[in-house]
Amino acid sequence: MTLSFWMPVLVILTSLVPSLVIFFMTDAQLRARRALYLGAEIVKLILVLFMLVGIYYGAFYETRVALLPGVEFLLRANALGMFFLTLTAGLWLLTTIYSIGYLESSPNRSRFFGFFGLCVTATAGIALSGNLLTFFLFYEMLSLVTYPLVIHSQTGKALRVGRTYLFYTLGGGTVMLAGVVWLYGLAGSVEFTEGGSLAGVEGARIPLTIAFVLLMVGLGVKSALVPLHGWLPQAMVAPAPVSALLHAVAVVKAGAFGIVRVVYEVYGIELSQALGVLGPLGALAGVTIIYGSVKALSQDDLKLRLAYSTVSQLSYITLGVAIVGSASTVGGVVHLVHQGIMKITLFFCAGVLAETIGVKKISEMNGVARRLPWTMIAFAVGAVGMIGLPPTAGFISKWYLGFGAAQGGAYWAVAVLAASAVLNAAYFLPIIYVSWFRKPDAPFEEKLPKGRFETNGMMLAPLLITAALALLAGLLATLDVSPLQWTELIVGREFSYNLDEILP
Amino acid sequence: MTGSAIVVPIMLPLLAATLTFFFRRGAITMSLLTAAGTIAAVVVLSLEVMDQGPLSYTIGGWDAPLGIELYADGLAAVMLLMSAFVGTAITVYAAGYFSGKPAVARHFWPLWMFAWSSLNVIFLSADIFNLYVGLELMGISAVALLTLEGERDALTAGMRYLLVSLLGSLAYLLGVALLYGTFGVLAVQEIGEQMFPSPATWTALALVTAGMALKTALFPLHFWLPPAHSSAPSPVSALLSALVVKGSFYLLLRLWFDVFPEAVTPAAGQLLGILGAAAIVWGSILALVQRRLKLLVAYSTVAQIGYLFILFALLTPEAWSGGVYHALSHAFAKAAMFMAAGTLMHALGNDDLDTLDGSSERFPLSVYAFGLAGITLMGLPFSGGFTAKWLLLSAALETGQWWYVTVVLFGGLLAAGYLLRALAHLLTPTPTVKVQHEPARGTEATALILACVALLLGLVSAPILELLQVGAPLGSMIP
Repeated sequence: MTLSFWMPVLVILTSLVPSLVIFFMTDAQLRARRALYLGAEIVKLILVLFMLVGIYYGAFYETRVALLPGVEFLLRANALGMFFLTLTAGLWLLTTIYSIGYLESSPNRSRFFGFFGLCVTATAGIALSGNLLTFFLFYEMLSLVTYPLVIHSQTGKALRVGRTYLFYTLGGGTVMLAGVVWLYGLAGSVEFTEGGSLAGVEGARIPLTIAFVLLMVGLGVKSALVPLHGWLPQAMVAPAPVSALLHAVAVVKAGAFGIVRVVYEVYGIELSQALGVLGPLGALAGVTIIYGSVKALSQDDLKLRLAYSTVSQLSYITLGVAIVGSASTVGGVVHLVHQGIMKITLFFCAGVLAETIGVKKISEMNGVARRLPWTMIAFAVGAVGMIGLPPTAGFISKWYLGFGAAQGGAYWAVAVLAASAVLNAAYFLPIIYVSWFRKPDAPFEEKLPKGRFETNGMMLAPLLITAALALLAGLLATLDVSPLQWTELIVGREFSYNLDEILP
Repeated sequence: MTGSAIVVPIMLPLLAATLTFFFRRGAITMSLLTAAGTIAAVVVLSLEVMDQGPLSYTIGGWDAPLGIELYADGLAAVMLLMSAFVGTAITVYAAGYFSGKPAVARHFWPLWMFAWSSLNVIFLSADIFNLYVGLELMGISAVALLTLEGERDALTAGMRYLLVSLLGSLAYLLGVALLYGTFGVLAVQEIGEQMFPSPATWTALALVTAGMALKTALFPLHFWLPPAHSSAPSPVSALLSALVVKGSFYLLLRLWFDVFPEAVTPAAGQLLGILGAAAIVWGSILALVQRRLKLLVAYSTVAQIGYLFILFALLTPEAWSGGVYHALSHAFAKAAMFMAAGTLMHALGNDDLDTLDGSSERFPLSVYAFGLAGITLMGLPFSGGFTAKWLLLSAALETGQWWYVTVVLFGGLLAAGYLLRALAHLLTPTPTVKVQHEPARGTEATALILACVALLLGLVSAPILELLQVGAPLGSMIP
């Protein structure tokens, strides 16, 4: 029982305990609640950074407890997990600050922040889980604790959407459970191991393939792979901070992260290649990218357009995983973080528009930049990043993805990426154009009391920070602390394989 | 001190039953003290079993076949823990629930203590005749408890329940007679050692199994359960669904694995397994179409009982443990659910789903309890239900019976379906929630605590499963 045992547990407890305590606080205990919550987040961030430095210098953090005879609950911080954990811890803090501004006077805030914290707890568990069962435990917990957030407003529509959401995620989870149990039966235990833990399982090609498909169905629901994406566009009925978190870090990202884990650390790239499952996965990702973009084009509701954009962007990660090659792997994995900071910026902006001047539709956005210049600058940064133009973070992802695809001979993927860039431009650039260069149709309806800034400062600051991060991650990609460098460390450490041996 | 720990769970509630009958004023205090004493004794007993292996104790020093022998292995200890903790919660809940109804309460306490004692008799008996006595006493007191409030529905359901209960016990008694005629002994262990396949033992097996399947409400013999469990006063509903059906299930488990293993054929096990699978699907579908909350919860019990019987078809140590673990976690979750439903029903006048719209505004604790208990019933992590489901699923895959995998997984989704339907009502805000009675102090919290325990069972499963392996019939699942 040492520091290395307790660190992962502590990270989870720092979000779990305050979330549970908050359920018992009333909306009147506002200051105490804020202090508790923000304090916990800062402590967590410090712990995560401490571990990050430790990992970089080769430290080892692992919590291993017997859950059932022969089945373990395993938390382990490795480079890939820490990458995701840092993203969740950082964006949790920003999203909380944003939600404090966003929900300033709405009812049931204790419940909201409680479940919000549980959601982040589950995400931290997903990031740190060291075997497939532990991953699954937190993955299902995430499905459940997100439900009260989706139905937060408790309107009839929200409840209906909540039902759809649970139908998809619990259905996916059930399918996934079958895959998990099956793999445990085949392999005894399934730990996430560099290069794959199933390499030793011989002569079971068909069961392994079926189990892979089962797992991908479960993970595909959350990462919104077509045709399992139906819940995601509907779920934007939730409050903006929830959408932001759902789309950037928590739910969809958990699915994508799971795909990375399963392909690289459970099956291993060699076995996946030998089973021939990566081709169909890549094709599905390609279809999703195009489908999401095309659907986004025709949406007038801003949040809905962003939601379809998420459907599309998420599959960049899956595509990068499915194309064999170190460059495309880097592109896919780094997009975990890049897509997170860019998409959260866009959703924060959408929330500000709705809460400050009541604008929810793109057709109402004429000239909004005159009223909310800073917000729309941030929006532009996020949108340009989504298109994949330099110098933003999105460019880095796309460059590596495209380069890797070309290297691996997957020219169809290059074509998909190019088409997606064009479509992204087609649905984002008009928004930027109308908001800056058109005149407002009428004076904007002011929903907030006039303050020092263009909107509530608690809402403005987080989105400026994430926009800045999205720029910096691109500009300073060669710096040691950038997501790109960390990804290269992950790829170098974990996915060390000889490309020539795997490629046909 | 071995002796006193093993008799306390029987004698203490029995004593309390007598005392609460005569001294009405201190009934609640006495019952709470009994609960505390029972918990202490059961914990001590469990530690001893864990430490020393299965324990035997002969009352008054008279050996079998003359005296009464008590026996506790891991299974008995886990069942006793279940009955002690859930029973305590029922006691606390009932103290609040019956606080405004002294006329009912005065009969409730002796009967409940009596039922509790007879339940523990079943868990601890080492011979098939004492098991019969326990079964009969439990059945009678359960019927009396059910009809306590004297409402029309409850009386009809109670009558039917009484007949079913007597029929089940009668079938069991005939089986016992056949066994005694064949082997000349009554002790579970001795019959088990001498068991051989023959028409007489097969008939006994069939009678005992049919009787217990009827009393446990295994599909298609479940017809009596939903009206009985839903029309009872809520503390009694919790008792019936959480504990009483587990009593007869326990008996069946004991007999199949300790008395009849030599006579049982795989086909018989498959039959129970298939009926269990059918129960999961049919019970869930009926739960989906109910208009009343307590009926919905009762049909959910029919479905959940199905999981228990799947172990008879799988027959591996993992499946056996998974089935028992399911019985354990279901007890906590279902008691919590009936308590929460009972609080809402009492507060809002009736349990029509439409009436319950918007309960979450006024009674968030009860709605949370309902939702959290639901996680266990759906078998989602982290909960005892998930642990049980995991064990059953691995066993089904291990033995290559993938159709049980499908049923178990599908059952979870169906459970999500019917629970969500109820929750959607509870969560829909309505401008006017007419509260007729404020819930009594402690009733909401009790349900919530039970639901949390059901979740915790998913985290602390390792030691409980280890205890369960002491004297386990199919061999230990721990390598």
